[in-house]
Amino acid sequence: MPLELRGVSKSFGNLIANDQINLKVGKGEIHAILGENGAGKSTLMNIVYGLLQPDSGEILVDDQIVKIFEPSDAIKHGIGMVHQHFMLIPVFTVAENIALGREKSKFGIMSLAEIKVKIKKLSDEFKFDIDPDAIIEDLPVGVQQRVEIVKALMYDAKVLILDEPTAVLTPQETDELLNVMKVLKSKGTSIIFITHKLREVKEVADKITIIRLGKVVGTQLPTASQEELASLMVGRQVDLAPNKTAFSPGSNVLEINKLNIFNDAGRKVVNNLSLNIRAGEIVAIAGVQGNGQSELARALLNLEKHSSGSIKLDGQEIQGFTVRDSLRAGIAYIPESRELDGLISTFSITENLILDVHDLEPVASRGQLNRAYIENNATTLVKEFDVRTQSIEDNSSSLSGGNKQKVVLARELSREVKLVVAAQPTRGLDVGSIEFVYEKLLAERANKKAILLISSELDEVMELADRIAVIYKGEIVGVVDSDVSREKLGLMMAGIK
Amino acid sequence: MITRFFMAVRKNALLPFLSFVFAFFIGGIIIVLSDPVIMGQLSSPGKFLTSAGSRIGNSYLAIFQGSIYDVNLARESGFFRGFYPLSETLVTAVPLLFAGLAVALAFRSGLFNIGAQGQFIFGAIGASYVGFAYELPPLIHVPLVLIVGIVLGGLFGGFVGLLKAKTGAHEVIVTIMLNYIASLFVLWLLKTQAFLRAERQDPISPEVNSSAQLPKIFGGDLRLHFGIFIALATTWFVWWLLTRSTIGFKFRAVGANSNAARTAGISVPFVTTATMFISGGLAGLGGAVHLIGTEYSLTAGIAGSIGFDAITVALLGQATPIGTLLGALLFGALQTGSRTLLSNTGTPSEIVQVIQALIVLFIATPMLLKRVFRLKNTVESKALTAKGWNG
Repeated sequence: MPLELRGVSKSFGNLIANDQINLKVGKGEIHAILGENGAGKSTLMNIVYGLLQPDSGEILVDDQIVKIFEPSDAIKHGIGMVHQHFMLIPVFTVAENIALGREKSKFGIMSLAEIKVKIKKLSDEFKFDIDPDAIIEDLPVGVQQRVEIVKALMYDAKVLILDEPTAVLTPQETDELLNVMKVLKSKGTSIIFITHKLREVKEVADKITIIRLGKVVGTQLPTASQEELASLMVGRQVDLAPNKTAFSPGSNVLEINKLNIFNDAGRKVVNNLSLNIRAGEIVAIAGVQGNGQSELARALLNLEKHSSGSIKLDGQEIQGFTVRDSLRAGIAYIPESRELDGLISTFSITENLILDVHDLEPVASRGQLNRAYIENNATTLVKEFDVRTQSIEDNSSSLSGGNKQKVVLARELSREVKLVVAAQPTRGLDVGSIEFVYEKLLAERANKKAILLISSELDEVMELADRIAVIYKGEIVGVVDSDVSREKLGLMMAGIK
Repeated sequence: MITRFFMAVRKNALLPFLSFVFAFFIGGIIIVLSDPVIMGQLSSPGKFLTSAGSRIGNSYLAIFQGSIYDVNLARESGFFRGFYPLSETLVTAVPLLFAGLAVALAFRSGLFNIGAQGQFIFGAIGASYVGFAYELPPLIHVPLVLIVGIVLGGLFGGFVGLLKAKTGAHEVIVTIMLNYIASLFVLWLLKTQAFLRAERQDPISPEVNSSAQLPKIFGGDLRLHFGIFIALATTWFVWWLLTRSTIGFKFRAVGANSNAARTAGISVPFVTTATMFISGGLAGLGGAVHLIGTEYSLTAGIAGSIGFDAITVALLGQATPIGTLLGALLFGALQTGSRTLLSNTGTPSEIVQVIQALIVLFIATPMLLKRVFRLKNTVESKALTAKGWNG
């Protein structure tokens, strides 16, 4: 057994992050660890990799009890880890990055020859296709990730931990990674694959351990159905396919015509983009992050400083409006980052619920806040949107991610609006909250609102959207119906028409 | 409800209170260390401890007597006269309170207004001129003087806000520079014909007409004037503005998270400008009240170090109006109490400045106190001080 955990527990204050966790990873096995955000997956892996110390429990490598106090101990025992956020220096070459920390030098001059040979050898063996002399920042994210894997393999890792490796990848790159994992497996490397994406798990895993609230709640084989796995993960029955009412679009609500957006450095991030959304329709902007979709969402609210073109809401030109007037014109905005743009963490839930209407009747009159109304409003909304909190006077920072998003939804959807702009509305949320967000967005659709959904989750896009506009380098590559194949969509997201 | 209130008090007031206690503790050690006579007795510990203890006790008692109630004075000239030090404390606290509120308000919008000094000076300049150059009925004259103070201070502060909103110029740098400009401007002004006092050669303006003076509450040599009521009303106003008004909601939103505020349609440039105008107006009002309540004539040193002490006062008050009120009273008492310290006990009066500095130090380094007292769940004003620099 290359790696075994026995009764590993770890708590932070009152929070038990890991509770008596047992785990066995066999040789050449891909072992998926499935769990929601905050289930304790990362804590467990950080313990294995020596970034955290367990309160109790044992770690066995090759059936020997070992003590892992820091990552260097883990590496010594043949455990490698690829973090979700890469630990690479962008301006260095592949070889320089891999040599980092164990450079060989002759008379004070660094010698990379040996390492380059080794990279070449590994790259050929596992079909990684990596050029040791390429500069990291010039490489696509998927290749950068493979560099990280090579880095781990250079230390002769027998057990490789991949922490949410597909979160940053395009569908194509994800498929490539899954293939790489299969090759590694065939060469005898064990892989611990941390994820919350069921499809990927079913495709590559040999064994699936599901963790909920710090406890192992089940071990499954990949033959288990998605519903079974999801239910174990969440702890109750989950409906992964939300109910959509029949599609009957009305007239155009949003008409974007030849929109250009420049960033502060003067670079064009959205190029001549035109798009329309009808009442009762969800149009999704699909694309790999960083292709201009975030700026597009912000530009609709006139939050971007440098944009030109036309944005019409119900026939009214709103391009060039102030943010305030754009909101008043009838846009509900669910920002990409609820912590940064959606909520004020030191404000109470009550105050956060009036953030963009605080000076309007009946919330305020004659410059003074109407406290009775505001409190009532909060009580009603917290109930209606099922925000789990001890008190409406608690700071929004005390809420979990899902409940924070509910506060944002409650505020934005309780206003009288025509268009809902939802940017990555389920990012970082657990399955239960995702379900809730879907439900609310579909309810708005049924209420004949136009909805612009910006998402990098393919499943989400295909599940919710009536039409999918694929964005690549600031341009719409094409608009397709939601019954398009994943492969086609993936290709379009990579810029291929 | 009541427990919530006490929770809030504990959360907000504990750290300043402990800073205060700790500063006095360290201050006591310094009193002893700075006295060669007592230190000379170190060879006989008993004697050393008694004299050290009595010196510290006497010094703090003297500060109390010099700032709240003077028993000796009461014995000589009646119970009521014993309150003379308290009157002096309040007179000192009033301008500190105005300037402290100015700094506190700016803090809440995420702005670090170092310029209360300059804004205070401009308020005083306006009050002085309108006060001595015109002759009006008191009921018109006094409000007019106050309004001129607010407007001049407000413009002097609002200018900074406008610069920041339009060009991004950092308010800390700009206000520091404007403080110099204000100090030197008043010096120049006092040499001009308009501000020249007939029989005097030194730089001092004419006294404001009696119609522009704030009446004394008790009369006699108790200097406490009606400005204290204006100060209390202003404290209430700032509280109302911050917690009850829509404009204060905008201020706090921008101060706490300007990104989210902007996304919610709040104009950050407007808030920056408006905050600095109101903040400057508060300091300017302080300058006007100080001038027509206590000083009557404009001098180069009209503001003393009030504008700078105000930063400490606001910090001590955790940038809340009530806290600032308490902070101003405390500083008023310390400064008043220090006046008679040397003559009564032989302890140098500078020790009060040391204690003030220690309070700032402990408030600015909450980790230190938290380690010492093992605290959890208190508001840190470090976040307050740091915020101003985020630009």
